[in-house]
Amino acid sequence: MNAIQLHSSPHAHQGVAISHLMQQVLLACVPGLTALVFFFGWGTVLNVVWLVLLALVLEAMVLRLRKRAVALHLGDYSAIVTAVLLALALPPTVPWWLSLFGITIAIVVAKHLFGGLGNNPFNPAMTAYAFLLLLYPDLMTRWLLPLGVAESVPTLADSFAFFIDVEPEFGFDAFTGATALDSFRNQTSAQLVSEFWQQNPLMGAWSARGWEWVNAGFLMGGVYLLYKQIISWHIPASVLSTLALLAVLFYDGGSSASHGSPLLHLFAGGSMLAAFFIATDPVTAATSKRGQLIYGALIGLLIFVMRSWSAYPDGVAFAVLLGNFAVPLIDFYTKPRTFGHQK
Amino acid sequence: MSTSTTRTVWPIPGGIYPLDHKQQSLGTAIRQVPLPSQLVIALRQPSHAPAVLCVNVGDHVSKGQCLAQGSDATGLSIHASTSGTVLAITEHAVPNESGLPELCVILQPDGENHWTKLPALADFRNYDAARLISRIAEAGICGLGGGAMPSATKLRAALLNKVHTLVINACECEPFITCDDALMQASADDIVAGIQILLHISAANRCVFAIEDNKPAALNAMRAALTDSGIELVVVPSIYPSGAEKLLIYSLTGSEIATGTLAVEQGFLCFNVSTAHAIARAVVHGEVLVSRITTITGSALVNPGNYCVLLGTPINELLKHAAVDQTKVSSLIHGGSLTGIALTSNNVPVLATSACVIASTAAEIPAAEPEQNCIRCGFCTEVCPVLLLPQQLYWASKSEQLQQATTLNLHDCIECGACSYVCPSHIPLVQYFRATKADIRIAEEKLLMANQSRARFEFHQARKAAEKIQEEQRRATRATLAHQQLEQTATPSLAQAAIAAAMARVKAKKALQDFAAAVDAASNNLTTADSQADNTAAYLPNPDQQDDSR
Repeated sequence: MNAIQLHSSPHAHQGVAISHLMQQVLLACVPGLTALVFFFGWGTVLNVVWLVLLALVLEAMVLRLRKRAVALHLGDYSAIVTAVLLALALPPTVPWWLSLFGITIAIVVAKHLFGGLGNNPFNPAMTAYAFLLLLYPDLMTRWLLPLGVAESVPTLADSFAFFIDVEPEFGFDAFTGATALDSFRNQTSAQLVSEFWQQNPLMGAWSARGWEWVNAGFLMGGVYLLYKQIISWHIPASVLSTLALLAVLFYDGGSSASHGSPLLHLFAGGSMLAAFFIATDPVTAATSKRGQLIYGALIGLLIFVMRSWSAYPDGVAFAVLLGNFAVPLIDFYTKPRTFGHQK
Repeated sequence: MSTSTTRTVWPIPGGIYPLDHKQQSLGTAIRQVPLPSQLVIALRQPSHAPAVLCVNVGDHVSKGQCLAQGSDATGLSIHASTSGTVLAITEHAVPNESGLPELCVILQPDGENHWTKLPALADFRNYDAARLISRIAEAGICGLGGGAMPSATKLRAALLNKVHTLVINACECEPFITCDDALMQASADDIVAGIQILLHISAANRCVFAIEDNKPAALNAMRAALTDSGIELVVVPSIYPSGAEKLLIYSLTGSEIATGTLAVEQGFLCFNVSTAHAIARAVVHGEVLVSRITTITGSALVNPGNYCVLLGTPINELLKHAAVDQTKVSSLIHGGSLTGIALTSNNVPVLATSACVIASTAAEIPAAEPEQNCIRCGFCTEVCPVLLLPQQLYWASKSEQLQQATTLNLHDCIECGACSYVCPSHIPLVQYFRATKADIRIAEEKLLMANQSRARFEFHQARKAAEKIQEEQRRATRATLAHQQLEQTATPSLAQAAIAAAMARVKAKKALQDFAAAVDAASNNLTTADSQADNTAAYLPNPDQQDDSR
């Protein structure tokens, strides 16, 4: 007889590994990324490539320092997912050193200083995003104008110029401007929503121009993840329904005091990315189904609050991080009743 | 009551749908394994109390003869699986978690297979519960589904508690195992007889026969056999672990058995279908438990299937008979793939609980992947059939927070393995939970011992203090008594002593005076005789030397 395997039961496994889950998440990012490239040029792709490279190098270095099995943990794809999510959240115009700084915060500080994958209380990509937004508010809000507002998207050369921090041929201002959410939040002319919509080229068919398609792309990816049972419906449904519900409550008939329609909120900024890709990060989310509904609702609420009353209309990251803070509390109060115990 | 299959089934919480691997052992009818050259009959007792031997080394025994009995009421009788000679009574490796050897009778078959049966109680309705239970005890019937609980013990408990529902568990939800399936196809009538006996003993007013929907042939056989029997046939969905006792009762009735209690305390009596069959054989045919159906399966075998195996048959003989390809065997498992025990050696015997032996290839049961970090995905929580939070239990287990693990109801874990099965980080959760349960047990034992020691010490201290007080009291009493005695008797004794002393003094004085007188007389005589003889003076006694010379 050959060397016999000895292990404690069960001796069977479903065969789904972390790497599989992470790969599916990466795959699900493709439609959203495609829309971003279509409307804003190649900047995000440059970010993705650059950040993935950096993430792998940093992860390997830290794993080595921490005396962990480098190949095993690199192979879980978690660093790549963090890199891609951060790249998708960053404006396509950020210079290389800013992303370097960001991914260092994500991988080294937010992830490994807390004990590595599974032990980090805060979503690494969102932690990095929040840090960068607070430290470099100008660079982090330098979003490109979407195709349709701008005559064309930046060429690969232009995007590369942004990347290496050189002013492109036509100057930064030719491409960049406030985001739709930002201008909606900061409108001073007391217009009705319909007037604002008509007059502002940033507004699209049902939400912000360009962004509505980016969000549709992430929604598609999210549905794919649901279909593949990589994520459960609880968190995204709770985030989006809370966001939509609040938008309905504060719509105010589209008056000048309105905070925008539910469709605007659902399909602008980082709504779908946050609901399906960020808030569902299992490491930093609530664990029980009931807890996930509460956690999602909290994030939906905070997204709306950020957009409507804070200085960071694109501050989805803050909403997620504040949600992360609440997780231990939510988990404590939503323990399920064990079978055979008092109801 | 009519046989029905359309009744509400409460879906169990969680559960998984593993590949069942059942077809490979269902290709043929039940086959007989030839008599092995040696049988190793384990004497394990459910209470772990030592068995009381009924035979000696060298004895010739007949098939069905009792080899050992339990030392108490929960004990299990063990019988010779065939006729032959007791070669040795020694410790031998058996399929168990610890890998430690257990006391076994080594039996050399004589090839006669001479069977001494008990008198058949074919018309069991003529006998009362006590008689039938004692027969079941005598026949050494125990839970063949894996519990190994002596059936007589269970039935006695059932008589103490008012049982309303008898549940026959034919779910066989674990992958690879098909022995119950094969038994139902082959011996449906005996099974029904066994159920009738259990109904007669327990006086339950309803009986539910539960079978998973993945056994159509067995279902048909049972449906035919159960017609007009008054026994309800319920088909439950195939989901692992639907056959766990408390979960099955929930599926069938919606009642949850409270934590820490037995199903029987809430009026449910649960028997495995093969146990019911063994009971029928024991009562109706007088056959003690000497064999069982065992699924011998796995891709490393040429002839997987269900075999009728004598208890004590070495597993290597079974594998040989099923034409094992030793080069392909990568793991050898006693039991199913989700709760079974990985064997270190194939030189272990078949036990009454040996429902299945898997000789698997590496492709079928791959080696465990290296453990990675928990990403809190919650898959384990979704599949946990008893609604635990395996992920949080894992954190508590890993950091050895025993109190936290207890608070999270670790003791409700049935170790079904669903959580480990789905964990994308390949964390052996069940292994962690078993270790933590053991740690808690050890901590509790230590606490118990510490409490006992403290109680003993405190008792010792109290006793010492009490003794000291008693001693002091005794001493005080003695002193008082002595003093009183002294007062009562002191005067006369002193007077006597004084008289005696005075008399002694008088005597001594008198003696001295007598002596002095004698000396005087002598000196007078000497003076008078001085003229007569001068030398005689030298011979006169010297009064100073008187004492020395005498």
